Amino acid sequence: MVASGCGGTGRELSAYAGPEGLDGLDFVTRSITLDARSGARGPRVAEVPGGLVSAVGLPNPGLEHFLATELPWLVRAGVRVVVSIAGATMGEYADLAGRLGRAPGVVGLEVNVGAPDETSDGLYEVREPYHAASVVAAVRREFASDRPVLAKLRPDVSRVVEGARACHEAGATAVVVGNAVPAALPDGRPGGLSGPALAPIALRCVAAVSRALPAVPVIGCGGVHDVDSARAYLAAGATSVQVGTAMLHDPTTVARLRASLDQPPHQEDA
Amino acid sequence: MADAPARGPVHVDGEVVATKKVGGYRHLTLAAPGVPERFRPGTFVSVSVAGHVTRRALWVHKVRASSAFGPTLDVVVESRGSGTAWLSAQPVGTRVAVTGPLGRPFALPKQAVSCLLIGEGYAAAPLFPLAERLRERGCAVSLVVSAPDEARLLSALEARRSARSVTVLTADGSVGQRGQVADHAEDLVRRSGADVVYAAGPADVLRSAAVAAERTGAWSQVAVEVPTPCGTGLCHGCPLPVVGEDGVDRVVRACTEGPVVRGDRVRWDAL
Ligand SMILES: Cc1cc2nc3c(=O)[nH]c(=O)nc-3n(C[C@H](O)[C@H](O)[C@H](O)COP(=O)(O)OP(=O)(O)OC[C@H]3O[C@@H](n4cnc5c(N)ncnc54)[C@H](O)[C@@H]3O)c2cc1C
Ligand SMILES: Cc1cc2nc3c(=O)[nH]c(=O)nc-3n(C[C@H](O)[C@H](O)[C@H](O)COP(=O)(O)O)c2cc1C
Repeated sequence: MVASGCGGTGRELSAYAGPEGLDGLDFVTRSITLDARSGARGPRVAEVPGGLVSAVGLPNPGLEHFLATELPWLVRAGVRVVVSIAGATMGEYADLAGRLGRAPGVVGLEVNVGAPDETSDGLYEVREPYHAASVVAAVRREFASDRPVLAKLRPDVSRVVEGARACHEAGATAVVVGNAVPAALPDGRPGGLSGPALAPIALRCVAAVSRALPAVPVIGCGGVHDVDSARAYLAAGATSVQVGTAMLHDPTTVARLRASLDQPPHQEDA
Repeated sequence: MADAPARGPVHVDGEVVATKKVGGYRHLTLAAPGVPERFRPGTFVSVSVAGHVTRRALWVHKVRASSAFGPTLDVVVESRGSGTAWLSAQPVGTRVAVTGPLGRPFALPKQAVSCLLIGEGYAAAPLFPLAERLRERGCAVSLVVSAPDEARLLSALEARRSARSVTVLTADGSVGQRGQVADHAEDLVRRSGADVVYAAGPADVLRSAAVAAERTGAWSQVAVEVPTPCGTGLCHGCPLPVVGEDGVDRVVRACTEGPVVRGDRVRWDAL
């Protein structure tokens, strides 16, 4: 599954999708907001050992434009589109969920309640699990009930089990653990750290949630870049993984992982 | 060959097949099957660097459809940060992942008009294949190659075949005329009688070329460089502030909606 914000508009991936093309690809959009956002000023990304720090600022064309142009293209290409949503208020989340619920072709929603810096991005403050859960509940109410709602959580081991439990009880079908962790760009602006350096942190959180809440499906996210790093999440209890930063390094990563993870391990070792 | 030329980028496991120090730069020839065939002047490649997550964007200086190594492309590397230093040091045989061609190329005029091409430093690289394409279309091409000093001046020798005139400008006067593009842009555009101005280089060069074009009533196409983490359009990390066709201010991805855009569309003060 392509992680939010690391697959462009989705269209760019067609050059790197392999023989199957985009058909059947699980793709999470960059977080879509009600109104268009131009994003943060540059430089938006800094390279650090083992990953990168980014402060992109959720650039997106807004819901209206997304529904009119990007979504229909992706649906026609056979992409399984999970729309990531972010809002400044509870009402915005509900509005986004309601309108996306009526849009044809949306496979599910991912509620971004784990952004590294919601306040600097002007998002609704969801630091407390209780707040995250109330956002999830509002989204679940508005979004047609047979389709999944994923809650994407920050990989903070001290709060993640509580957050996962609260979001699941509020109606989340599964939880995504995690997101980039709060960090700083070299000039001091707030950003999020992602990539291989994040993997052991997110892995710890995935293991904690899987152990404490065996009934909650967990999707691992953080630093996945090859078969081994993906399998580590699956071994820790995740049902699937998302790939973010690795796509920026090698845009064929998801296509390659899709092909290898579909094979049983012994065949691939042969 | 198929009727329709292949479009869009490819991601290939490439290889350094030649490396040569020329002045202050390193010229690398890369075997990257699929990229040269799709190349159009102004597009770029994104290459991987050992041990680094983000990639390095490079202009394409030359392509060969076939050679002993298959299709190859030449890039000109200026060693500055860690990634360009690594690239400059690689011997023949090093494997490098290459993605390309990426981005929007220079738009070519439909008629045989008069064109002025202005390039500074390594960024003059894409103007050489552009000059060839323009000449094939019957355009009169004038080329300006500039640099801070002689070591960073791309050789214009080969371009003399495609260009009617070649002007060399160095800031320190070590070769050619002394000066900077910004000081001479309007004069150069007027003297060339250009209908279209193409520019590649740092922002101040592009801006002065775009402004000079506007003053003289010419069109301009500028190849913009902003820090580019992936080059493929996936990360939205290379913001380019522009004015849209509808007159609305936007921020687009330099790697995908650029790197070549109309000079009068860039919001230089916001860059
Ligand atoms: C479209 C385009 C074409 C380019 N063509 C050439 C070329 O032909 N020859 C050449 O020598 N250089 C070229 N560059 C610049 C080259 O990509 C940067 O110098 C390089 O990315 C900086 O990497 P570094 O390893 O030197 O520095 P580092 O400090 O190690 O770079 C760290 C990170 O910052 C990003 N970054 C920092 N500065 C720049 C910059 N000015 N441009 C792009 N990314 C930056 C890099 O992508 C990298 O992720 C081009 C840049 C662009 C955008
Ligand atoms: C450039 C960039 C943009 C991102 N944009 C979003 C976003 O819009 N919404 C979101 O929920 N997460 C976003 N993320 C976080 C990723 O989806 C992912 O959760 C995180 O980077 C950790 O996974 P990784 O190590 O595989 O990248 C972004 C990450 C990066 C690097």
